[in-house]
Formats: sequence, structure tokens, C-alpha cells
Amino acid sequence: MIRSEGLVRRYPGFELAVEALEVPPGRFVTVIGPSGAGKSTLLRLLAGLERPDRGRVELGGRAVFLDQDRTVLERSVLANATFGLELAGVRRREAERRVRPWLERVGLAEKLTQPAVSLSGGERARLALVRALAIEPDVLFLDEPTQALDPGHVDRVEGLLREAHGQGRTIVLVTHNLYQARRLGQETWFLLGGRLVERAPSERLFDRPREALTRAYVAGEMVY
Amino acid sequence: MTLAWAEVGEIAARSLGVAGAATLLAALFGLPLGVWLGSRPRRGRMGAQVVLYAGMGLPPVVVGLLFYFLLSRSGPLGGLGLLFTPLAMVLAEAVLAFPMIAGFTLAAVRVRAEGVRRLVRGLGGSERQVLVTLLWESRRPIVAALAAGFGAAISEVGAATIVGGDIRFHTRVLTTAVVLETRKGELESALALGAVLLGVTLIVTAILVVWGERR
Repeated sequence: MIRSEGLVRRYPGFELAVEALEVPPGRFVTVIGPSGAGKSTLLRLLAGLERPDRGRVELGGRAVFLDQDRTVLERSVLANATFGLELAGVRRREAERRVRPWLERVGLAEKLTQPAVSLSGGERARLALVRALAIEPDVLFLDEPTQALDPGHVDRVEGLLREAHGQGRTIVLVTHNLYQARRLGQETWFLLGGRLVERAPSERLFDRPREALTRAYVAGEMVY
Repeated sequence: MTLAWAEVGEIAARSLGVAGAATLLAALFGLPLGVWLGSRPRRGRMGAQVVLYAGMGLPPVVVGLLFYFLLSRSGPLGGLGLLFTPLAMVLAEAVLAFPMIAGFTLAAVRVRAEGVRRLVRGLGGSERQVLVTLLWESRRPIVAALAAGFGAAISEVGAATIVGGDIRFHTRVLTTAVVLETRKGELESALALGAVLLGVTLIVTAILVVWGERR
């Protein structure tokens, strides 16, 4: 469960202000909006990685936040995959046992000993997801996990996300890809200029948006 | 060469011991400080950064003079009886190595801090785990910081002469011995000592680099 009330976060020249939000357990939420709308800021606030200037967030269960940078450590692929588990106190050998099946599934089993910095963008995205999923979090916050990936890689990442959601995990996904937001989301939030313009079941938001700005944005018009 | 090889070995061992201990002492304080400062926002570290970077240019004779005042019989720490001992040389050389180690560590950590913090915190790690990860991820440039600190310690002559006194079989190190042999006109001995100094520095640096390149 994620619940927030009266969130306000200010930066020079920008203010994010979002009234009450609630995400029940097991819900897949997609967050859309143009660059600078405040999507990543909202995600960090909900994940507890940033403090709001006003308001509060309640987060139930173990949460993981996946950054759009797909940072990898200067270690092997296997050591990167086990990193999250080791942070949680799992011993290395046990952590390796747990991540190996994941790495096989995402096609990285042949690269276990390779330095992770040598991986391609798509491989890094899958590695980052494995690192997060191996922890078996209750809530996944994902900031553009498929940014700049080719359709094949996007499909593999989305497959993992669907599976994670199928296992009952709550997912909040920020994306610029409106098709993806519709494909994956049960509920979609549309942000613009630091305000939540509309939130609705994904199908309704894309097919029958209530707000004129949402209608314009999902139709591909410039709403900046 | 007038100097016996046995004595050269004894001087080299002391040089290595004093510079090594000084580097360890400086690293004990410099590494955590560098990691902590490097992980802080710019506004919170700028002042310390200026002081550390300026400290890299500390003249060894000035540091030696400062320790001489502190440790001389009439000085505030005169009662400890440390003047003209290897320990006094360790302390003075640690002060010279400290800004190198802390400053270079800060620079190495700074460029990685944001990404590592987001990763570790995003995976549910603590702030302490952020710092430990930063330290490990910066190990290669930190090796350069340690090598620079060791280099500053083993190569300096001003502080070693002032607080050590270049006493034979007690505080004589390779650099002070080179100066002495040159002044005596024993250039062959001075050159041999210089070569040993370079060899010791090379071996220690090689050990550090091999350690840092481990996966």
C-alpha cells in the first residue's frame, strides 16, 4: 500500500504539488507526462528517497526504486546481480544461488564473469531489473526502465514486469511511452507542470479522458 | 661506494617503515574523510575541499618546523620526548600524506557519489552502505591516492631532517642519507641510495596497483 497526502516539493522555478494519492497492494500504476512534469520527483517522494517540503507518504512493505540511469558497479555481472540481496544481509553464496535462474531467464547467464560496465544498454536494463526483482520487493518504483531500448529488449523487460505484477507486487512505472503506459497499467496518472491533471483506470484515461489537457496529450498534441 | 650494503638495507628498511606507517596513519583518517566529503553536496564540502587541495602543496620544511616547535623540550608536547625519533618522523610525514589521500579520495568519490547513492538507497540500503560501496567502487583511484600519499612521505627530506635529525642507525632514512652523502662528495653512494629509494617506491606502488585491480 502506498498512501500520500498533500505532497509539495519545491525546486528553483518548479513546484510539485499533488493532493491525496493511494495505491492498493498489487496495483500496476503507470505515470505519464512530458519532461519536467515532475514524474521522477513524485516517484522519488513516494519511494521515500526524497523528503517533501510538505505532506507525507506512507509506504507499506519492502520497496525498491529503479533509476533510469541503470547504474552498474565496477564488478562482474553476477556480483552486480547479487548486490541488492547482499545489501539486505544475504550471504554471497546464497545470493548467487538465488540470482542465477533470473540471469538465465534474461539471457545473461553466459556473461556472469564479465564486467558489468561492458554490457549494452539493454543488458544493463535487464541486469538492473534482476538485481531489483531478486530482492522480492513488495513495491517496485521504476523510472523509465525501457528508455532507449529496442523493441526486443522492451518486450523482455515488460515480460518481467508483467510476471512481477502477476506475483502480486505493486508497481509504479514512469514512462514517456504512452503505448507502454496503456499496455501495462491498470491505472494511469497524467502529470503536467507539477500537477496531477488526471488519474483513472488506464483504459479509460486513454480512451475517454475527462480533462482537455489529458485528451490533448494522449492525442499527441503539444500541451507544454 | 663507502657505505656498506648492510647499512643501506637498514636505512631503506627504516624509510619503508616510517613512510609506510605515515601513509597508514594518514589513510586511517584521510580515507573516511575523503569518502564522507565526496559524498556530500557541493555546498557542504567546498571549504574543506579548498583546504585539502591547498594542503597538497604543504612545504615539508614548514611541517617539520611546526613539529619541531611542538616536540622540542620547551614545546607543548616536549614532555613526550619524541623529537629526533622515528615516531616524530611518522607524524610529520603523515601530515604531508594526509591531504593527498583525503583530497584524491574526495575527487574520486565525488564523481560516483550520486549514482551509487541512488542505487544503494533505491535497493533499500542504508547511508552507511552507501559510504562502504563508494569506498569499494572508488578503490582504483583510491590506490592512486595512497600511492601519492606514500610518495609524498617517502620522498620528503625537509621534515625528516628537522624532526628526525638524520641520526645514524636511529633516524637516518634514504632521503636524508642522499643529502648527507652528496654533501660529503660521495656521489656513488648518493646515487646508489637514490636508486634504492626509487626501487622501494616502485615496488610499493606496484603492490598497491595490483591490489586495486583485483575484481
